[in-house]
Parts: sequence; structure tokens; C-alpha cells
Amino acid sequence: MQENLINLSYLISAVLFIIGLKMLSSPKTARAGNFYSALGMLIAIVATLFEKEIISYQFIIIGLLVGSIIGAFISVTVKMTEMPQMVGLLNGFGGLASTLVGVAEYIKQYPNLNFYETSTIILTIAIGAITFSGSMVAYGKLQGIVSGQPITYPFQKIFNLLQFLVVIGGSIFLLFHPESYIWFIVIGVIAFILGILLVLPIGGADMPVVISLLNSYSGMAGCAAGFVLSNYCLIITGALVGASGIILTQIMCKAMNRSLTNVMFGAFGKKVEEASSVGTSKQIAVQGYTPDDASIVLESASLVIIVPGYGLAVAQAQHNVRELAEILEKKGVEVKYAIHPVAGRMPGHMNVLLAEANVPYDKLYEMDAINPEFERADVALVIGANDVTNPAAKNNSKSPIYGMPILEVEKAKTIIFLKRSMAPGFAGIENELFLLPKTMMLFGDAKDTVVKLVNLLK
Amino acid sequence: MAFGEFLITIYIFVLAVFVGFEVISKVPPTLHTPLMSGSNAISGITIVGALIATGDNNTSTTLIGIIAVVFATINVVAGYAVTDRMLKMFRKK
Repeated sequence: MQENLINLSYLISAVLFIIGLKMLSSPKTARAGNFYSALGMLIAIVATLFEKEIISYQFIIIGLLVGSIIGAFISVTVKMTEMPQMVGLLNGFGGLASTLVGVAEYIKQYPNLNFYETSTIILTIAIGAITFSGSMVAYGKLQGIVSGQPITYPFQKIFNLLQFLVVIGGSIFLLFHPESYIWFIVIGVIAFILGILLVLPIGGADMPVVISLLNSYSGMAGCAAGFVLSNYCLIITGALVGASGIILTQIMCKAMNRSLTNVMFGAFGKKVEEASSVGTSKQIAVQGYTPDDASIVLESASLVIIVPGYGLAVAQAQHNVRELAEILEKKGVEVKYAIHPVAGRMPGHMNVLLAEANVPYDKLYEMDAINPEFERADVALVIGANDVTNPAAKNNSKSPIYGMPILEVEKAKTIIFLKRSMAPGFAGIENELFLLPKTMMLFGDAKDTVVKLVNLLK
Repeated sequence: MAFGEFLITIYIFVLAVFVGFEVISKVPPTLHTPLMSGSNAISGITIVGALIATGDNNTSTTLIGIIAVVFATINVVAGYAVTDRMLKMFRKK
């Protein structure tokens, strides 16, 4: 009877998770959806406490308390710009927890494990360990602890392949000799190292893809743990998260016109030196304008499209940009925001950063929706973005970003770039738009420049 | 585990994957970051396994379990709280 009630609660949890995700289809219902999802988690946790396998509670309470305090602290202190590394970190924690669940189950069943138990435990430990170590490296790269440059070394792929083969070989051996725990340790350790080595060669610009992929892995690790415990709730939930991560990974790859294999093994952004040396020689040809020049153009416009890039968030200029937009709107200028899918450091990141600055979400337009509008725009105001506007993606087949869909700012009557210097963008590529006669370059800190514009227009 | 039982597990898994693809492809790009942190919180469901491991009367699994509970709880609490923090900011004019 008790067993049935617990399983019924798990079903309710799973349904609440699905409803919660479904309500994320609109910003209006999203917050309530997140609440339903959290309620589902609470029900699952409470139901589990009634499992007859649980005998003592004191350690559980300690664990829950410690975790809650740390979790609450992280959630309050994290800055919105740091969201990618936080999601990375939490992915890793989820992966680690799944790995440990696998290890505990192995110890519990030892040495009498059947084929099914052995295989699912291996899967849990391997996926969980890769998720954990890979996420930690991704976290390090995004946080600036580990170099954001792709790190490569000789025979990398062969070495990784070798390790992968050892994992496969060891797993097959274990299926027939589940009692040889040495192999379990070997597989866990190699999976851990593999996670590090797979993420190290990936450049900082590709982190959105990696974070999405690791998100998917953390779901799959939970799913595998569900198979180990024959717990349907874990299986359903893990599958949901796995699917979510894969969809986001696909969207990100498409936005950069890259295949997943290319992201994983391409060491993108490695040859930066070559491209930037070209940039310095051209610097002389570019004419700088003053905020005064720009303010006159902005004031007389009827449609201004703002293109925010990560540079805007780094300068913490979101609030000033919103102020600028509001002043322009008061003067009868229509203002829209064009959001490239990879504008931030993770999917949808720029939207969150602008929402934080109280920019209404119905003013934010996706790439496909805004591109036809640039033609009738008087000004495209590009703030801290570069690669996502670079026409080289369309017409220079030699460019590393060739084929990437871009925001077509070159169609606007005037293009204003707010840029710190002539340094190339994140992908290390020059932008030919800087040299066009209709382009106005405003050099300097994005925030300072926007503040100057606001004061001039007031 | 009997093969029939295993088959049911696979059934559930496959159907859940389809539900996941169906539901998540309808999330608009503007909410992709909250989607990631929110689904991330959901993946903390592995806490269920961690709780069972901790509560068991076996010193080594309890030790491993308690670490798993701590990390899974951080995952769950921080994930949901930060998602709420973000979603609170989304507003229409």
C-alpha cells in the first residue's frame, strides 16, 4: 500500500514537471510553471522519505540542510552575467550526485550484480563523471579560472579515442565479472579525465553549445540512475532534461552554422593572431565620430534598431541603454532590439540581461523576425557586438564564421558601432562594416558613450 | 529484473523523450536561459536516489549518499531559486 502511494506521488511529480515546462512556453505563465515544477520536486523528495529502504534520517536532514543553505546562497549572490557558469556548475553537481548514486548502488548490491544492474550502473557512473568534470572545466573557462582559448596538444584525438576504447572494453569485461571493482574505479576515473579533455580544447565562443550539451548529459545521468533504481520518476525526468539539452544544443549549433562535431573537435578561435594583425594595419583608415554626431542622427531617425552584444553586458550598460531607448521613444522614435541567438554566453542570455534592466520582452526580436526590418531602419545601433553583424559570414567563404546567420545591420541607412577599440570580436575576425562610409564608429567604453548620448538627447 | 519489467521501463523512457521534445520545442528563445536553469533544477531529481542511499543502514553508502544529497540539493534549490529570480524580471510594457 505504502509502495503504491509513493509511486503515485512520483507520477504526480512527473506530471508537475511536464506542466511546469509546458508553462515556459510564454513569459506570462513561466513563473507559475517554475513553481509547479518546484512543487513536483518537493513531492518527490517527501515521498522518497517514506521508502522502506530508508531507516535513519539524521544524515538526510543534515545533507538537505547544508545543500539548501549553499544553494540559497548561490542563487541570491549570482549575477545575471554569471548565469552561464552557474548553470555549468549546477550541471556538474547534478552529474556528481548521479555518479555517487551509481557508486552507492554498486556497493549495496556487491558482489551479486546481474547483467542489467551492472550495465546501468556503468552508464550512470560514466555519464555522471563526464558531466561533472566537463562542467567544472566549462565553469572554469567561463569564470576565467581556466584559459578561454582552446587548449590543444599532440595526439589529442587518438589519446581520447584510446581512453574511450578502454571504457568500452572495461565495461564489457565488467558485464561478465561485475565483482572486479578495480575496473569500476578505472572506468570512473577515465570518464572523469575524458570529461576534462573533451571540454579543454573547446574555445570560449563555443561555450553556449557545451553548456547546453552538458545540460543534456546531466539529464541522461539522472535517467541512467533511474534505470539503476528502477525508478520511473527519475527516468521520465531525466529524459525530459536530456531532450531539452539536445534541442538547445541543436539551436546553438544552427545559430553558429557549425556541426556539433566541429564544435567538439574543431578548436575554434585558435588562430586569432593572424586575423588581428590585419586589423591593426587597417585601423588608420577608420574614422572615429563623437557622441554629438551620433546623437543628431539618432534624434532624426524614425526607427532605431539596437543590437546588443556581450560587450554591453560586460560594461553593465543595460540600464543606460534602456534609458536611451526611453528618451528616443519620448521623441517619437520607434526602438526595437535585435537579439542574435548567440548574443550572450548561453541560449537566451541577452534576453535575461535586458529583462534585468526592465526592457519589456515584447520589444526584443529574434533574428528572423527583425532582419526584414533593417531595410527601413534609419539607424542600427550596435553596442558591444561584432561577429553577429559581420557580412563576412555571408560573402567571404574563407572567413571562419562563413555561413553563420547574421543580423543584417548593413541594410540600415546608418550603422553606429559602439566599440572599445578596433580589436576583433570573440571569434577573432575583422568586420568590414567598420570601413563603410555610412558607418559611424564611436570608440570608448560602451557605458560612458551611452551615458553621453543620454545626456545629449535629454 | 524480468525482461517484461525492463521493457516497460524502456516504454516509459521512449515516451518521455517524445514528450520532452514536444514540450521543449515550444519554449520561445527569449526564455531559453530560464529553461536551462529550470531543467537543470529538475535534473536534481537524482536526489531521490541519493536519499535512498543515505538512509540505508550501511556506513559506506550512507557516507557516499550524504555527499550526493548535498550536491543534489544545491542543484535543486539554487536551480529553482535562480530561475524564479530571472522569470520575475520578465515583464511586458
